[in-house]
Amino acid sequence: MAEVEFKGKKFVVDEDGFLEDFNTYTEEWVEFCMKEEGIDTLTEEHWNVINILQDYYKKNGIAPMVRVLSKLTGFKLKHIYELFPSGPGKGACKMAGLPKPTGCV
Amino acid sequence: MAKHETPLLDQLESGPWPSFVSDMKLEAEVRAKNEAGIEFQIPVDVVDDLMGVLELSYVHGRTHWKHGGIVGVFGYGGGVIGRYCDQPEMFPGVAHFHTVRVAQPAGKYYKADYLRQLMDIWQMRGSGMTNMHGSTGDIIFLGTRTEQLEEIFYELTHNLNTDLGGSGSNLRTPADCIGSSRCEFSCYDTNALCHFLTNLYQDELHRPAFPYKFKFKFDGCPNGCVASIARSDMSFIGTWKDDIRIDQEAVQAYIGGEIAPNGGAFKGRDWGAFDIQKEVIDLCPTECMWMEGKELKIDNKECNRCMHCINAMPRALRVGQDTGLSILVGAKAPILDGQQMGSLLAPFVEVNPEDDYAAVTEVIESIWDWWMEEGKNRERLGELIRRAGFQKMLEVTGIKADARHVSEPRCNPYIFWKEDEVPGGWERDVKEYRKHHKR
Repeated sequence: MAEVEFKGKKFVVDEDGFLEDFNTYTEEWVEFCMKEEGIDTLTEEHWNVINILQDYYKKNGIAPMVRVLSKLTGFKLKHIYELFPSGPGKGACKMAGLPKPTGCV
Repeated sequence: MAKHETPLLDQLESGPWPSFVSDMKLEAEVRAKNEAGIEFQIPVDVVDDLMGVLELSYVHGRTHWKHGGIVGVFGYGGGVIGRYCDQPEMFPGVAHFHTVRVAQPAGKYYKADYLRQLMDIWQMRGSGMTNMHGSTGDIIFLGTRTEQLEEIFYELTHNLNTDLGGSGSNLRTPADCIGSSRCEFSCYDTNALCHFLTNLYQDELHRPAFPYKFKFKFDGCPNGCVASIARSDMSFIGTWKDDIRIDQEAVQAYIGGEIAPNGGAFKGRDWGAFDIQKEVIDLCPTECMWMEGKELKIDNKECNRCMHCINAMPRALRVGQDTGLSILVGAKAPILDGQQMGSLLAPFVEVNPEDDYAAVTEVIESIWDWWMEEGKNRERLGELIRRAGFQKMLEVTGIKADARHVSEPRCNPYIFWKEDEVPGGWERDVKEYRKHHKR
């Protein structure tokens, strides 16, 4: 486990740069991840995706399926990749502080 | 001198089969000497450390890779399988050991020049070790570090015009048998169809949008050389509608012993002289063959095109000329609810490159529309078919139910009817019933 520091906040992350603990998420985390996720400026749409992911996770204890995320945000998958170049899993979920996707990926 | 002692692995260098241990040692040596002067971008001793960690696993009887791993390249949601060693201090060379799936050409035909260029990239930016090929078909680059992923991807796409394969909840890399490129049994050009659909569905392959993984495989005939019926959610198996073509002279040459049966496949043992009655006619599963004097006869309307007679006498019997393919759906490994092989959905579909295989893509897309909407998280198509019913799949694909859809009719009487099929419908008044039947 590595610890990273950004704007006075400390985050414990795994090798893939995912937060070890969802509860340690703060808005600084998103700013910290931006660059390595290939994002220049954060727009309202980025925050929209992040907030929806967090709400869903808090309510259901899992990340939503891709098509559920599309429905909730109103964004097609293509647009989600425009916002988050590494995609909804490695990009958006990571920035939202959700646990690392698992399974046969 | 090797970096780690590997007494257990060393035993696997004896025996006649090509030893993966000897090959790894050779690669470790090539990297250590580096006669080509390569600027290695990951640790030079990656292969030594891989052998070290493998030896440790042999000793412990346990894996030493951490759980999961999420890495990739921008724009794609899959293609790279991240992996980290759980003993990074002991084996720093394999602290990162990601696998890169590279799209392979249909039929896996290569030129030396192309493979050399692939290996030039991989020797410099990876471990130099590969899997040729993964079970799904991809070229597998085995072991590199996260920082190298975009570099490898840049070189593959810009210099080699080659893309990544698929991983995750998406369309995985399609694969095919060699088809008509080198097989007289092939009922359609598997290479062309596999290549066409791979290109057509690039978006579905690179950006996971499905409830779970989905695989295509293309077999030119029912022999199943790419095992599509067992290893793909949608299996495309070549077949024909007209008669088996018989060359009676060649039949006599088989009977006379001038041509070895099965292309000589059983030459390793003395099975006696070829007996067409015993080895072909009596083994036909539908018993639709017989000899009439010196002529071999086939009652084609009873033939189920199992390939046995054609396999036995390839120079005398050929597949028909009115060819196409059958589509079978739902094959999967046991997790979660048991293994399945493909079930016949479309008995005969036309294969026509002229109209961009419209008959084939129509079935694919109607199935995706349904499964993407109805499939639960991590539910394979085969499991959705079980949950929702085969009937539902026929509805969504617009295929009419016929006897070929079952190996036998159901034996339980729990039969659902649609309301509009039943006179009077479901709305009934119990008072009306009581007028005729007292409580």
